[in-house]
Amino acid sequence: MLPRSQLALLGALAGIAVVSFFSGSYDPYFLDVAVSCGINITLAVSLNLINGYTGQFSLGHAGFMGVGAYVAAMLTTAASATLLPLLGGQHWLLFAVALLAGGLGAALAGLIVGVPSLRLKGDYLAIVTLGFGEIIRVVLQNIDAVGGPRGLIGIPAYANLFWAFGLAAVAVYVVWTMVNSTYGRGFIAVADDEIAAEAMGINTTRYKITAFLVGAFFAGLAGGVYAHFKQYIAPQGFGFDRSIEIVVMVILGGMGNTTGVIAAAILLTVLGEWLRQFGDFRMILYSLLIIVLMILRPQGLFTWSLPQRKAG
Amino acid sequence: MVAAAAQGRLMGALLELSDCTLRFGGLTAVGNLSASVGERSLMALIGPNGAGKTSVFNLITGVYRPTAGEIRFCGQSLVGLKPFQITKLGIARTFQNIRLFPSLSVFDNVRVAFHLHLKHHSVSSLTRLPSFHAEEREIANRTTELLEIFDLARVRDEPAKSLPYGNQRRLEIVRALATQPKLLLLDEPAAGMNPTEKIELTRLIRAVQERFAISILLVEHDMQVVMNICERIVVIDHGVKIAEGTPAEVRANPQVIEAYLGEEVPAAAVTG
Amino acid sequence: MTELLQQLINGLALGAIYALIALGYTMVYGVLRFINFAHSDIFMVGAFAGYYLSRVAPQASVTAGVFVLLGSMAICALLGVIIEKLAYRPLRGRSTLTALITAIGVSLLLQNLGQRVFGANPKSFPVLFPQHYFQFDSGLVIASTQILVFVVTIVLLFSLRHIVLKTRIGTAMRALSFNPTAASLVGVNNDRVISFTFALGSALAAAGGILYASNYPSIDPLMGTLPGLKAFVAAVLGGIGNIAGAAVGGLVLGLVETTVVALGGSTYRDAVAFAVLILILLLRPNGLLGKRQAEKV
Repeated sequence: MLPRSQLALLGALAGIAVVSFFSGSYDPYFLDVAVSCGINITLAVSLNLINGYTGQFSLGHAGFMGVGAYVAAMLTTAASATLLPLLGGQHWLLFAVALLAGGLGAALAGLIVGVPSLRLKGDYLAIVTLGFGEIIRVVLQNIDAVGGPRGLIGIPAYANLFWAFGLAAVAVYVVWTMVNSTYGRGFIAVADDEIAAEAMGINTTRYKITAFLVGAFFAGLAGGVYAHFKQYIAPQGFGFDRSIEIVVMVILGGMGNTTGVIAAAILLTVLGEWLRQFGDFRMILYSLLIIVLMILRPQGLFTWSLPQRKAG
Repeated sequence: MVAAAAQGRLMGALLELSDCTLRFGGLTAVGNLSASVGERSLMALIGPNGAGKTSVFNLITGVYRPTAGEIRFCGQSLVGLKPFQITKLGIARTFQNIRLFPSLSVFDNVRVAFHLHLKHHSVSSLTRLPSFHAEEREIANRTTELLEIFDLARVRDEPAKSLPYGNQRRLEIVRALATQPKLLLLDEPAAGMNPTEKIELTRLIRAVQERFAISILLVEHDMQVVMNICERIVVIDHGVKIAEGTPAEVRANPQVIEAYLGEEVPAAAVTG
Repeated sequence: MTELLQQLINGLALGAIYALIALGYTMVYGVLRFINFAHSDIFMVGAFAGYYLSRVAPQASVTAGVFVLLGSMAICALLGVIIEKLAYRPLRGRSTLTALITAIGVSLLLQNLGQRVFGANPKSFPVLFPQHYFQFDSGLVIASTQILVFVVTIVLLFSLRHIVLKTRIGTAMRALSFNPTAASLVGVNNDRVISFTFALGSALAAAGGILYASNYPSIDPLMGTLPGLKAFVAAVLGGIGNIAGAAVGGLVLGLVETTVVALGGSTYRDAVAFAVLILILLLRPNGLLGKRQAEKV
């Protein structure tokens, strides 16, 4: 008999499959927003592992998403001619392989960002991760082979409701099960007090790197799904603005509160869509929201106690 | 008590500091300190404020690296090891300013300290095989056991920061014990406690030492606590050892008395 | 040789502007241990304030130039004080992440308000001071705008030094940066000093904006991002919290950036700042002039 958590995951996947099966009969705009929600849930939950649970201020998460998006997209466009026949002509298999490759590429980026960042704290860590995120964007912008600043077009529409929410379900499962174990409490210990954690035998370095790896991996997967949903990607879409959007979801949900973060991701995705009608005002309202949120309720909408840690 | 201490010495030093020096630029925090802690012994490190006591702890636990000298634990050199590696070898500590994990509950604060002895890690948390659950159950049981010994089981689900001060100090000790150390370093465990709490603490420390058959090295200002539980005392001042011996010997030592002059003179010293 | 001298002048002129902006970052960090993300956008507002003020002043004279410069500095000083009071003061004592995110929010707000109010399209910055190009036989060219940068920066730096070292409020600033609790215990009005610090830093950023716009006359609401980031790197390079460090860091960064461009790497000129930042934080996180801050265990 499988443990409860795995049963829940399988149940969720089955449910998502069923709902996705009837995609044809849903309003396309609703479908659009729904898929975005799924992608954002994955992004927010994966960042929550790094920021919320392990206390590492990472402001470059969109960079990982970008790496995943580009790697996956390149495999399904430029490399599809070689790969598809190898996979028996199965498109879904090509997509799965592409996604995975994207995730691994992003994980590698996570390692590159995570390792040097190890001894930095608070504001400095935030700035460095921001810098790395921007470097990734600049590098992508300068690689003509992937389209440079004009971006990559003609990406096949492999992504659908199932992929978006299925991925989200897996991400939630992974983060939740990892953190809610004796091993997983270590992440929170590292976030709370590194010196005390080390003194209790916790290898803080390993925890931080693990958080970056897993977080980046899922961000990369989300990027891959995003690419095959929008069918067009450009470096500007994976810059600081996007990173901040994800960070706000994590803060709104309450750092280290997975259910809160899921709710916040959905809320902000929908809100973002609703605000679109205000054109220019959208960003003004959004930035006001951030300010008001931090002044009035920094612990997020779904957490009850104030943030404990004084970082930096 | 003396015989037991002597016996501790004979069994071979558990922890040995040889000519340990710690310098920060021009300041010598610890100078040529040599001392040893035997197995199953209760020792104290005392000295006036700023003598360098916590620095010694930080040296032992790897927070600082000695500028010169050697530190050995069970014969193995600790110099250059990272703190978590030193904890793995069997040394645990509490902190002068309590460092609990504020986001975690009382239960989780202790549970996370069992981390060292976990057979399962990241992937196992995902696959959740029966062996994972078995180990989780075992750890939960042992955590509960420890909490019960220290009478903290009733508040197990409370956030650690909501405990009253005295309980927080106790929790820190419990958490350190969860790492299953051979040597426990307590940094001013009686700080901020009232006399009743101090008596309770004294009893607790003795009980811990006996029950878990470990060595305890104490840094403490309160002489009553020190004199009542410790078999051997090392006195340092300005980073240098000025005396070592049994409580009686130390009490009578003129250099010790002089070092404390101007500070609270050990009450016991006056009565000799 | 001339080439070297030319690059030196170019680099120093650029660096001086970075230094002016960096001073704002470093002073605020010094008293609040907080990175004011929105500082770069105050720089932008300074440039735009100059743009609109210049409509009032007669074209290209020293009086016009000084009027616009001082006017813009005053406006931004006020803006800085308002932002501190409304957005940052309520957060005093909370975690640094909270403050950082709020600052990001303020930055986004300023940028987007700017796009709404000023329009997103770049505007052409007018000539404020009489313009002149000094050409030497060796081929060396120095623009009057560059000389302007040097003159204004030197004047402002000396003024700042005087304020910080010789006035009461300057002493209070230094006291605050060492120990806020002790400072308030000896009678320092922390709130007032912090407001003053923001005013000062914002005024300097405004000056930086005017000087920058004078040398690169195209302004737009998003112009603050890159120079702001570079100035921040300069502040970190010099040792954040250290005023002399900000000046040094600014000049060094300006020189490094100009050198990279001169060596043919102009596509990567912006990446230089990031690279410097990462290197500095990894190798010497306290910057060139900063001191080690160890955590008490």
